[in-house]
Amino acid sequence: MRAELADVAPAMATPAQRERAGVDAASSGIRFDDVTVAYNDVVVLDSLSLTVKPGEIVALIGPSGSGKTTALRAVAGFVRPLRGTISIGTRDVTNVAPHARNIGMVVQNYALFPHMRAEENVAFGLRARGAPADVIRERVPECLRMVGMASYAKRFPRELSGGQQQRVAIARALAIRPQVLLLDEPLSALDAQIRRSMLDELARLHRDLPSLTVLYVTHDQTEALTLADHIGIMRDGKLVAFGDAQSLYRYPPNRFSAEFLGRANLLPVREVATTTAGMARVRFGADALIARNHHGLPDGGECLLCVRPHDLRLSPCDSIGNVLGGVVKSVQWQGDMQNVELDVAGHALRLTCAPMHAPPAPGAPLAIHFSASEATLIPEHTLRG
Amino acid sequence: MLVWSRSGRATTATIALVLFGVLYGLPIAVIALASFAGQWNSVLPSKPTLEHYVNALHGDSLENLHVSVVTGFVASLVALVSGTWAALALRVQPRTARRVLDAVFFIPSAVPSVSVGLGLLVAFSQPPVLLNGTTMIVVIAHFVLISAFTYGNVSAGLARLPVDFEQVAESLGARPFYRLRRVTLPLLTPYLIAAFSLSFALSMGELGATVMVYPPGWVTMPVGIFALSDRGAIFDAAALTMVLAITTAIVLIGLARVPTRASVR
Ligand SMILES: Nc1ncnc2c1ncn2[C@@H]1O[C@H](COP(=O)(O)OP(=O)(O)OP(=O)(O)O)[C@@H](O)[C@H]1O
Ligand SMILES: [Mg+2]
Repeated sequence: MRAELADVAPAMATPAQRERAGVDAASSGIRFDDVTVAYNDVVVLDSLSLTVKPGEIVALIGPSGSGKTTALRAVAGFVRPLRGTISIGTRDVTNVAPHARNIGMVVQNYALFPHMRAEENVAFGLRARGAPADVIRERVPECLRMVGMASYAKRFPRELSGGQQQRVAIARALAIRPQVLLLDEPLSALDAQIRRSMLDELARLHRDLPSLTVLYVTHDQTEALTLADHIGIMRDGKLVAFGDAQSLYRYPPNRFSAEFLGRANLLPVREVATTTAGMARVRFGADALIARNHHGLPDGGECLLCVRPHDLRLSPCDSIGNVLGGVVKSVQWQGDMQNVELDVAGHALRLTCAPMHAPPAPGAPLAIHFSASEATLIPEHTLRG
Repeated sequence: MLVWSRSGRATTATIALVLFGVLYGLPIAVIALASFAGQWNSVLPSKPTLEHYVNALHGDSLENLHVSVVTGFVASLVALVSGTWAALALRVQPRTARRVLDAVFFIPSAVPSVSVGLGLLVAFSQPPVLLNGTTMIVVIAHFVLISAFTYGNVSAGLARLPVDFEQVAESLGARPFYRLRRVTLPLLTPYLIAAFSLSFALSMGELGATVMVYPPGWVTMPVGIFALSDRGAIFDAAALTMVLAITTAIVLIGLARVPTRASVR
């Protein structure tokens, strides 16, 4: 879905819209080049190399403490890398002071200035840069309107809800027409419903400002998959996977990203044997299974077979369908879907499907099917794909 | 709430009031009574009069009030500026360096103020820095004694200020001085006011060091009170004490009412 937007958006953007973004031709990306950051001699960001192309949204996801915020803070200039360079556009900003980097930043708790009204918060960056009064008069309401907060201009932050504060924080970041926007878990303080609508709004915002480069940190995979063109997965200060959202989800390069992004089912398999192009036969116990060999794993080795919970079916699917026999461990109804936990030869598998009239009972034997094209082989031991 | 039951709360409140009254109220009440007394021979004073207040607001005593207020304001202001500056500067230093300097700042409050006065007297009695007999040395003595408290108050405020505000301000393009003026200081205002109030109150009551260093033309109220009671003019001393207390209270109440947007978070 994101890919469609990315294709359509630049064509839709009017010159005025592009002008509003303020960057357009000069739209700049972000580049991490072998960046290492340490706090008190403890390395928390380890040789990070990553490129965010101009106008792109890249999401960094990873468990708590994996170094996502540190990566953002390095771009903003709040921590100095031990090694490596960070560039914005063609400019090496590694040693540039934060105030000279032209970055819009929204931090996790929004950090709206409590002693300033919403409009003063939005105007802050412009005033700090000595923008003329008429520019401020024009742009502040415009930015507040963009995030739907025009009627709250006179409120103090303490008089706004979390979601409203978040919008003002985004307006404040956008008012200076930054080249890049850094978002640190901007939705994590909001409840599920508001989070969903804010997610839609962020997507709309990026359609309005197609040349804005966004680095988005989250630990919520839904946010990443919804918004991002590319996703980077972090673990212990290292980037363990990077790719466009779709292929990262379908062909995770390693166990960690398979589990972190979309909680995949992983089965240890052996005796890889290439069949037709891109496909391979493997053995799981006595069963033979067929899956995609997207990563070109060599014949004869061991690896993991990755299949998503919603790709497991209870009825046969196609001619080269795979079948596994297991025992139902638990069944959970979650409103719009059913969650079935299975034990397959000692391995736990999770299956999700539409709610059933007569769900299987725990302890019952069950045959599950999955299409070969929806299963992927991933290397067992390496971290990077 | 530590005490929940209604009767228990009434009892604790009563005990608290009595203790408070005895410890704080009684001495002040005695001074207040003395300030109106014409004579005090029995349990209570007799022949109430306003004469001591008339004395307190005339001549030398009025001059003492003026001297104290000016000294208090100047010393507190200088202490506020330098204490804030020190707190801001030390914030970015390594923690051990900060600890050491914290301790150094508070040493003047730990030694008797008389010693501080004596130290200043000896230190500045020789050229090239000859300050003995000047107004300046009084202000300096007060500054030395109160600046640690200003510093302590401001750095406590800074420690409670999340770094996010300043970092966001910086990323929005605010240069360091602009950020300080528009973000850091406004957010610190409640602490700055508290720091100033405390310094002012301390300065108004300072006696030990002042007695050592004051020149003839710059007598603060506590020195005046001391001199009066030394001469046996107890009731005049009491009235002057009341004037001192009331003046300080007025200034502190005024400062507490300064509206700060940051304080209503
Ligand atoms: N100022 C600091 N001083 C010392 N260590 C720090 C500091 N900030 C972060 N760390 C450490 O660096 C590591 C990475 O922290 P970081 O904030 O980048 O994690 P994160 O991926 O953003 O996590 P979360 O999802 O919880 O926000 C953590 O182990 C953390 O303890
Ligand atoms: Mg974080």
